[in-house]
Amino acid sequence: MSGISIKNVVKKYGDNVVIPDLSVEIEEGELFTLLGPSGCGKTTLLRMIAGFNSIEGGDIYFNEERINDKDPSKRNIGMVFQNYAIFPHLSVRDNVAFGLKNRKLDKQTIQEKTDEYLDLMQIMEYADRMPSQLSGGQQQRIALARALVITPDVLLMDEPLSNLDAKLRLEMRTVIRHTQKNVGITTVYVTHDQEEAMAISDKIAVMKDGVIQHVGKPKDIYQRPKNVFVATFIGRTNIIPAKICDGNLVFAGGYQENLEALRGQKDQEVLCSIRPEEFIICQENEDGIRGIVKEYTYLGLHTHYFIELEGGENVEIIEESSLDEKLTEGQEVVLKIKKEKINVFDQSGDTNLVRGEAYEK
Amino acid sequence: MKNNNKFRLDVWGFITLMVILLYIVFMIYPMAYLIRQSVYDVETGTFTLQFFQKFFSKSYYFDTLFNSFKISIAATLLSLVLGTPLAYLFAIYKIKGKSLLSVLIIVASMSAPFIGAYSWILLLGRSGVVTTFLKGLGIIIPDIYGFGGIVLVMTLQLFPLVFLYVRGALKNIDNSLIEAAGNLGCSGLKCFFKVVIPLVMPTLLAAALLVFMRAFADFGTPMLIGEGYRTFPVILYTEFINEVGGNDGFAAAIAVIAIVITTIVFLVQKYISNKKSFSLNALHPMEEKEPKGIVKVLVYIFSYLLVGIAVLPQCYVMYTSFKSTEGKIFVPGYSLESYVTAFGKLGKSIQNTIIIPLIALVVIVLLAILIAYLVVRRRNMLTNVVDILSMIPYIVPGTVLGIALLIGFNKPPLLISGTMLIMVIALVIRRLPYTIRSSVAILQQIPMSIEEAAISLGATKMKSFFKITVPMMTAGIVSGAILSWVTMISELSTAIILYTGQTKTLTIAVYTEVIRGNYGTAAALSTILTVLTVLSLLAFNKINGGKDLSL
Repeated sequence: MSGISIKNVVKKYGDNVVIPDLSVEIEEGELFTLLGPSGCGKTTLLRMIAGFNSIEGGDIYFNEERINDKDPSKRNIGMVFQNYAIFPHLSVRDNVAFGLKNRKLDKQTIQEKTDEYLDLMQIMEYADRMPSQLSGGQQQRIALARALVITPDVLLMDEPLSNLDAKLRLEMRTVIRHTQKNVGITTVYVTHDQEEAMAISDKIAVMKDGVIQHVGKPKDIYQRPKNVFVATFIGRTNIIPAKICDGNLVFAGGYQENLEALRGQKDQEVLCSIRPEEFIICQENEDGIRGIVKEYTYLGLHTHYFIELEGGENVEIIEESSLDEKLTEGQEVVLKIKKEKINVFDQSGDTNLVRGEAYEK
Repeated sequence: MKNNNKFRLDVWGFITLMVILLYIVFMIYPMAYLIRQSVYDVETGTFTLQFFQKFFSKSYYFDTLFNSFKISIAATLLSLVLGTPLAYLFAIYKIKGKSLLSVLIIVASMSAPFIGAYSWILLLGRSGVVTTFLKGLGIIIPDIYGFGGIVLVMTLQLFPLVFLYVRGALKNIDNSLIEAAGNLGCSGLKCFFKVVIPLVMPTLLAAALLVFMRAFADFGTPMLIGEGYRTFPVILYTEFINEVGGNDGFAAAIAVIAIVITTIVFLVQKYISNKKSFSLNALHPMEEKEPKGIVKVLVYIFSYLLVGIAVLPQCYVMYTSFKSTEGKIFVPGYSLESYVTAFGKLGKSIQNTIIIPLIALVVIVLLAILIAYLVVRRRNMLTNVVDILSMIPYIVPGTVLGIALLIGFNKPPLLISGTMLIMVIALVIRRLPYTIRSSVAILQQIPMSIEEAAISLGATKMKSFFKITVPMMTAGIVSGAILSWVTMISELSTAIILYTGQTKTLTIAVYTEVIRGNYGTAAALSTILTVLTVLSLLAFNKINGGKDLSL
């Protein structure tokens, strides 16, 4: 098993730079997720680690060993592909045993190891079937067993759940998480689904345009995103302009909040990221941001409100549904915010002003 | 995708170079030599255009160009007019015996064209059965020889290609498109012309090109049934045969003109079809309905009559093969005499008909898999060269290729004319593009990640190719190979140039017997050939599991 160090790697296709300069450390045994919109370079990076993409600059290390020029077949990597890449002409057992046979192990060992992982992934009963007779979830299990049976140093997974239906996706998410913890293998996981990333990861790297925007634990990324992109990409949020005056946060209508974390910040225009659950809808006679209810949707547990603020912005608010719905469309409301939860970014959106040193370790 | 746009000298790089070398030696060199001969004055050893001058100054030669164009265009149009509606009727109506009809159409298309020609002579020729019968009734029908006969034979031979192409394309039209058209008030014939035809237009263009090329290059049909009506391949062949041992410059010049023409046709078709290309994918293919009333009658008459006429020559040849003969004439009564004579004359030709295409097939399959892999998975400058080289034989008529090979390789160090090897090479070059194309289509369906999975599990590049990719391609390749096989055993136009007594094949045997007027023996031989073809097609169906065949 290995940790992975990626140092200043560069990826180019011709003159087109996909990854300009990327460094990241992946610790031994952790499940590390590369998360980002499509085209952000996450799969490219994964395939560089796997050896299927060339590396135009920088180095990748497994522990101390530089693997840039190592043939993919020698890197001892387990890989799970988006389409599983199950060999359709081999039985389930032969699929799982394929990597072991390449390692020229004796028959006995191959048999035992294959059985062990068929058991682990609960596909023993299908061992002698052909893959085409199996469902997506079962094929996924074969892919995992096949990748893990060779006891790889690193497990790479490229959007492994994207071809499954919603229910199976939840189930396989748990299977992957448990198997990874049991085996304790360093895993790099690529997905564009932020909920999946939150659920499964030890650590997440949010990527955009070939640059890692934020690396951190799921909670850190959600609560204290490093920039506006991360704030909007992870979960839902409302971005509202405001000003800092004497360390106070002042909204368009004059409503002020005193945030401890902003103390000492110079006066400037800022962008606030306020998640739908970080608003509180209050009685009209209180002090707060004024707005008009445009639309609301009752979803049982929660009710979603769409409210136009006095500054002209539209915001989305989620509140736990109450027994008596007192709000109607067109009604004026006053909003307060859960000030300790919100995030404030500088005008460019690149720096989170409330993210203290404590988060940076 | 892997960034392998640059050439690297790994295993695949080496294979790329080897393939290019093979093409240079066995295709580029003879073709280049042919072009040189066409502008080379043997006596003075200087550049000359006299051969081209000769061709274009005498209408005896020049007219053959027009004749060929007229025939090819007529045959192409008629094939489209017959093949397209038949395919459409097959797609939208339930017709009893449809699968039998489909098989018969394939059999009709797969037989050697000149056998059709020869059979039509037996039926509609000067002393043909039908002609004599009608004469007895006082009806004189027009002459089968010349333009009309050639077009008839070629159309009946080639419309099945249009049928197969269009039928494939119609399977990709989603039923909802037809329903949407109907919903907007466009149905029946109007829907056929306004919706279906435009949708299958790219396929029609592709089929038209194929039919045109085949008609243009067909040598046997006009030779047998054309009589005074000389076409391009015929004059090419006769000029070449007359010049053997002497000056082959004139034949070379004609060959060069042929290539120029086919190239232009090819490029024009490419240009048009590139502007019209789009892809279709049907979730719900068109539904077959039960035809009703008068429509039903018409549908049945059209399909059965057309297919019946298409296979009539085959059936009639088979029938005559069992008739008694006396010398060269058929006499009343039935016997196996023709077969006895045929087997006496066969010599090695059955053996050759099996062995030569078989060797060629092995080479073709191997090369096609490798080239398909290079073209699909290793895109770079050199593999693009391979891609282009492999498509050249599309535009080189069989007779031309035969001549190029013969004059290119009839002296040391590459003295292989007259050997079995040169026949094999000719078949490989001619058939390879088709097999490459089908292999490429198969390979494109196999995701790259399958191979990457194998590599990440520790397999070498070669191992992942042979253990994973090739087995996954097998089914498609085998069915493609059988089709290649069928076309190769009935190949005439190249073989007729290259064969010697030792390398005579069944097709050539049939051809020479027909030319000599031994119709009984010819019928017996061509029946053997047909049986071989049908058996191969049955094997194809078995392996392909009822899927469609693509050519």
